[in-house]
Amino acid sequence: MSDSQWPLWEVFVQGNPGIPHKHVGSVHAPDAEMAIQNARDVYTRRSEGISIWVVPAVEISASSPEDQGAFFEPSNDKPYRHPTFYKIPEGVKYL
Amino acid sequence: MDDKKQLEQFEAKIAAGLKIEPKDWMPEAYRKQLIRMMSQHAHSEIVGMLPEGNWITRAPSLRRKAILLAKVQDEAGHGLYLYSATETLGVDRSELLEQLHSGKAKYSSIFNYPTLTWADIGAIGWLVDGAAIMNQTALARGSYGPYSRAMVKICKEESFHNRQGYEIMMNLAQGTPEQKEMAQDAFNRWWWPSIMMLGPSDDKSPNSDQLMRWKVKMESNDAIRQRFIDRTVPQAEFIGLKVPDADLKFNDVTGHYEHGPINWEEFFDVIKGNGPCNAKRIKDRVEADKKGAWVREAATAYAAKQAKEKLVA
Ligand SMILES: [Fe+2]
Ligand SMILES: [Fe+2]
Repeated sequence: MSDSQWPLWEVFVQGNPGIPHKHVGSVHAPDAEMAIQNARDVYTRRSEGISIWVVPAVEISASSPEDQGAFFEPSNDKPYRHPTFYKIPEGVKYL
Repeated sequence: MDDKKQLEQFEAKIAAGLKIEPKDWMPEAYRKQLIRMMSQHAHSEIVGMLPEGNWITRAPSLRRKAILLAKVQDEAGHGLYLYSATETLGVDRSELLEQLHSGKAKYSSIFNYPTLTWADIGAIGWLVDGAAIMNQTALARGSYGPYSRAMVKICKEESFHNRQGYEIMMNLAQGTPEQKEMAQDAFNRWWWPSIMMLGPSDDKSPNSDQLMRWKVKMESNDAIRQRFIDRTVPQAEFIGLKVPDADLKFNDVTGHYEHGPINWEEFFDVIKGNGPCNAKRIKDRVEADKKGAWVREAATAYAAKQAKEKLVA
């Protein structure tokens, strides 16, 4: 990204109380305060949100898609982390 | 991994209905085509604000004015979602706007027609947004994640645009003879451009195959156009407006309407820049950009001052 415009902010909106903030897109703004105001006008014109987070896009680090397989591999061979792994005799309740 | 293997995986992913995300490997042709399509789409949203903005101060009632304002504001929002989605492909919004202002970039041909009467605002919402919805619901199933998600959000907002337009036309069509005539006149002028805005016939649009396989394009222009006509003709009949196509007829066997010849010469001429309003639209855009410069400068200065004060405190 060049410096020809305001920094980019990634926008996260919480739709309702009790649920997580979700990424909805981005806005350009000179600072966080204006980023939040722009995000409100761009992404929540129909009461889509009760809370907004903005994060400078350059501050986000992400796992790389190329390594996706190897990176998430460790959890694939551990089926015993899931309750369905265990055989419980019929008739046993509340388990 | 070599390119051939990458391409195979990329195509397999798309075939499986998975989305491609910004950091995923993608062929250069895919990236280029998406940047072109998405930026043209973004430009169309914001240029589209101009013909409608033309009537905000002259809307016939406070209700209509509030509705039109909200609609035009939505279009600005659509432009912003789309610029933001296009930037995920590695271009700057400022670069894209530069291309629009210099006349290098294209936008939808439809916005180069003038809005002569209030009924045109009805015709635009009903027909232009109606045609756009047909196109956008198809694109929402596309393979590029950010574009597809922007389309889903936009489609949700479009249906109010469509309805408010139809309501305007319906009110006029049921009004005085002059009002009815005004509605019919607007319909006559906007019908063909709306049909054309869905793009050239399939035999005239090259490299469709690859774009379909990559789910950049989801349906052929002709298929989308057919659906638009099939849905819109009965809506016109319902409010007593006559479709300005002497050859239009319903085919009982196929269950589809058949339309008369489309004036593609006009379409390509408007695309080339020779429509009634091409020059005016670009001039207005450039002017709006210039007139807004002080707001951007003030915001930058304010942010700098706030940051400095924070540092001192
Ligand atoms: Fe729109
Ligand atoms: Fe719209």
